Amino acid sequence: MDIFLQQIINGLVLGSMYALVALGYTMVYGIIGLINFAHGEVLMVGALTSWTVVTFLAEAGLPGWLMMLLSVICAIVVCSILNFTIEKAAYRPLRGAPRLAPLITAMGMSLLLQTLAMIIWKPNPKPYPLLLPTDPIEVGGAVISVTQCLILGLTVVMLASLMYLVNRTKLGRAMRATAENPRVAALMGVRPDVVISATFIIGAALAAVAGVMWAANYGTVQHAMGFMPGLKAFIAAVLGGIGNLAGAVVGGLLLGLVEAIGAGYLGQLTGGVLGSHYADVFAFVALILVLTLRPQGLLGERVADRA
Amino acid sequence: MKNKLIVFFLCAIGLLALPLLMQASGLGAGWVRILALSLLYVLLALGLNIVVGYAGLLDLGFVAFYAVGAYMYALLASPHLYETFPWIAQMLPNGMHTPIWVVIPLAAVLAGLAGLLLGTPVLKLRGDYLAIVTLGFGEIIRVFLNNLEHPVNITNGPRGLDRIDPMTIGPQGDPWLNFGRPFEIAGYTIPSVTMYYYLFLALVVVSVIICHRLETSRIGRAWMAIREDEIAAKAMGINTRNMKLLAFGMGATFGGVSGSMFAAFQGFVSPESFSLMESVMIVAMVVLGGLGHLPGVILGAVLLAALPEVLRYAAGPLQQMTDGRLDAAILRQLLIALAMISIMLLRPRGLWPSPEHGKAAPAPTPLPKPTP
Repeated sequence: MDIFLQQIINGLVLGSMYALVALGYTMVYGIIGLINFAHGEVLMVGALTSWTVVTFLAEAGLPGWLMMLLSVICAIVVCSILNFTIEKAAYRPLRGAPRLAPLITAMGMSLLLQTLAMIIWKPNPKPYPLLLPTDPIEVGGAVISVTQCLILGLTVVMLASLMYLVNRTKLGRAMRATAENPRVAALMGVRPDVVISATFIIGAALAAVAGVMWAANYGTVQHAMGFMPGLKAFIAAVLGGIGNLAGAVVGGLLLGLVEAIGAGYLGQLTGGVLGSHYADVFAFVALILVLTLRPQGLLGERVADRA
Repeated sequence: MKNKLIVFFLCAIGLLALPLLMQASGLGAGWVRILALSLLYVLLALGLNIVVGYAGLLDLGFVAFYAVGAYMYALLASPHLYETFPWIAQMLPNGMHTPIWVVIPLAAVLAGLAGLLLGTPVLKLRGDYLAIVTLGFGEIIRVFLNNLEHPVNITNGPRGLDRIDPMTIGPQGDPWLNFGRPFEIAGYTIPSVTMYYYLFLALVVVSVIICHRLETSRIGRAWMAIREDEIAAKAMGINTRNMKLLAFGMGATFGGVSGSMFAAFQGFVSPESFSLMESVMIVAMVVLGGLGHLPGVILGAVLLAALPEVLRYAAGPLQQMTDGRLDAAILRQLLIALAMISIMLLRPRGLWPSPEHGKAAPAPTPLPKPTP
């Protein structure tokens, strides 16, 4: 029983990180209909920036939580600027181009960021220092670390503020309007360019936080670390219904749970034939199933085909 | 017409003589090997061109079909299977040595089936999903190749399969033509690499002819109609789903054949050769050269396949200058990434675009042009 609870906790933690990244995908997709392949790389840049800040401050003798806070802030700033620049330089000139063009550019951008990170930070995996207390907290027979608690808490806070932003503020209304119909929104005095930039910045901030959490949870950072989370987060966004914020969160949590529980029990269920190496396969199987059975996603209403 | 013929013959003679000249000039077998590998990439790029260039479907997991072909040949032509399964060894005491006439169609069919299997659930959806699903499929294939060594050892895991037979033509045991050995003709010896070069060249020529005939056929026109405007194509009575599936399967067959050739050429396959990076590189080849234009695609493939080798000479001093941060592999990745982005931004139709591409009405703009 406690193993089961442990897997649920692990799944929820993994899922909240997916959810944070998936939100960035789903917002961008909702507004300009582009799969931003480079989004996972933003997470990686966030993690590596935070690693740089933490190593730089290591001698200063600050308390761990303060160092983490500072590094998160730096990561958010760097990622926001990065994503803003990417959008402006690479995606904006291609609006209105055939759909294949921005998709290929996004793929190239992902590769470019990975390569640049490899050049700047060198390709070896780097240990991320333990900043928070490592004593595990016991919950009903399972254990949860402080970092994991923080991940869960932060996700809830960020979600709540995002919901507020999108549903209650002027910017949020502009975002929803642009997603619905950019031309009409422009006629109503919304500036689509500004809204799109804002979307990329918000997405980058969420990815940066997820990146730092990822690094703190797994303890290593590397230039290739962003790819898989990025892909999984996209799948989470599709699972929940792309373009739908709540859907991204539900999809992320669901995917995290499926992976954790699946990886934990698959070996037992199949008598050791299929091991936990196959965890990565679950996400794609889930994606193909959802696309076949319910292409609009779990919470999605209807995928507007803008062909 | 006469001029065209002369150019054609000059090209043919040039391509046939190229490896011999390289050997004679002392560049050695290394360069012939690079040429042969470039031809394999041309084959892959031609296959992907059907999917991305003609039908406009972005396939980011093309290397999966390459892997299917390569592992198929590796299993059929290496001692691995009958060492693992005693009953196979009993059935075939001489080991499995599959002739080329079986390998090529089998690889094509197997990869094509894999393509259809993958395409069926996603092809009725929007193109972006296809990109993600194919990307995922490429990764899944790699996960399986890495892990299918237990409980039954099929792929030998990350260690890969070795001792793969070279391609042979002719009866088993005493083939007329064994690509693994030097070939002697009239007192002149042609090394094995050069033989493979000719084999790949022949395959590329056949593929170019197939692609060209497809392009000008009813099917090709249907694909291009789908690429330009799917709804309009549907309204014209094209069964878009079947056509897309056909494009996907057709492209996959090229990948499969190319993979089997790769396995025979290298004599060794491991999951490492089939990473996402390879898929991206094949996409970059097609995009760089010119989507949907055969000469462009061939140009792109040769450029990007030969690039790393050229870079090797430039990378040495650069590596010292930058404290080991920039080596040939990183530089190549950087250039591929930059090429993909800048081609799309500056020359979206590629380096050598087809003269007809883009004559169709411009796509409707979903957003007002951004104000600078």
